[in-house]
Amino acid sequence: MTPLLVIFIITAAVTLGAALMVVTVRNLVHAALWLVVTLFGVAVMYVLLNAGFLAVAQVVIYIGAIAILMIFAIMLTRHVAIDTGPQVNANWIWAAVLSLALFAALSWTLASWSGFSTALPEMSPRADPLRQLGTALVSPDLYVIPFEVASVLLLAALIGAIMVAWERR
Amino acid sequence: MMISLSYYLIFSAALFSIGLFGVLARKNAVAILMGVELMLNAVNVNLVAFWRFRTPELIAGQAFAIMVFAVAAAEVAVGLALIISIYRRRNTVVADDIDMLKL
Repeated sequence: MTPLLVIFIITAAVTLGAALMVVTVRNLVHAALWLVVTLFGVAVMYVLLNAGFLAVAQVVIYIGAIAILMIFAIMLTRHVAIDTGPQVNANWIWAAVLSLALFAALSWTLASWSGFSTALPEMSPRADPLRQLGTALVSPDLYVIPFEVASVLLLAALIGAIMVAWERR
Repeated sequence: MMISLSYYLIFSAALFSIGLFGVLARKNAVAILMGVELMLNAVNVNLVAFWRFRTPELIAGQAFAIMVFAVAAAEVAVGLALIISIYRRRNTVVADDIDMLKL
């Protein structure tokens, strides 16, 4: 048992437990707070995978913006959110069966793949993933087109969101 | 005992399945969006794990994860705007009651 493995197991347990709370807890504000815990656990996973920039982006974008936006939406629709009665629909048992079947199928498919238990390769000490990512996102022969398209998509989506939520008088 | 790729793959498969359950079983539209967020996060963990374990010299996995971030942000913004707009007109956020497109 290496220390990294212990950290991984603790993080995975906390993240999956929090994710279960997100989909089962009745009070939606609590669900949003559990979602924050889950997203933070995923950020720790990125740190374990040597993806420091993604961990920071996860905290800033997901926890700082998306989760807070969710909480705003819950509060704007509050009096139905605290509605009594079950928070799951009549087909939840089928949803559970389907999810478990998907998990079993994914695990089985992955386990039969030859690269399933690839050991962690050494990062060369001179490798700098952050610099590599930064240049890859703006170099014309790598990912500058997808990067720009993503930013245009984000702009269009935000303008569309304003138009959809606009209260016409 | 070292962490191998399988740990991350199983973890993200579990996270994806939990998110799928949330999307299929929840009544509230905001909770359904939360399930979608969980699924997108599981996909991102997968992308970064494949990058780290299989092709650490190419940066494609991380670059694609950044795109997923942008798409997730766009999806949440539009989704929540739709939910708030529907709430104003119909006074409900329960997905079963939103059936204006039905004949």
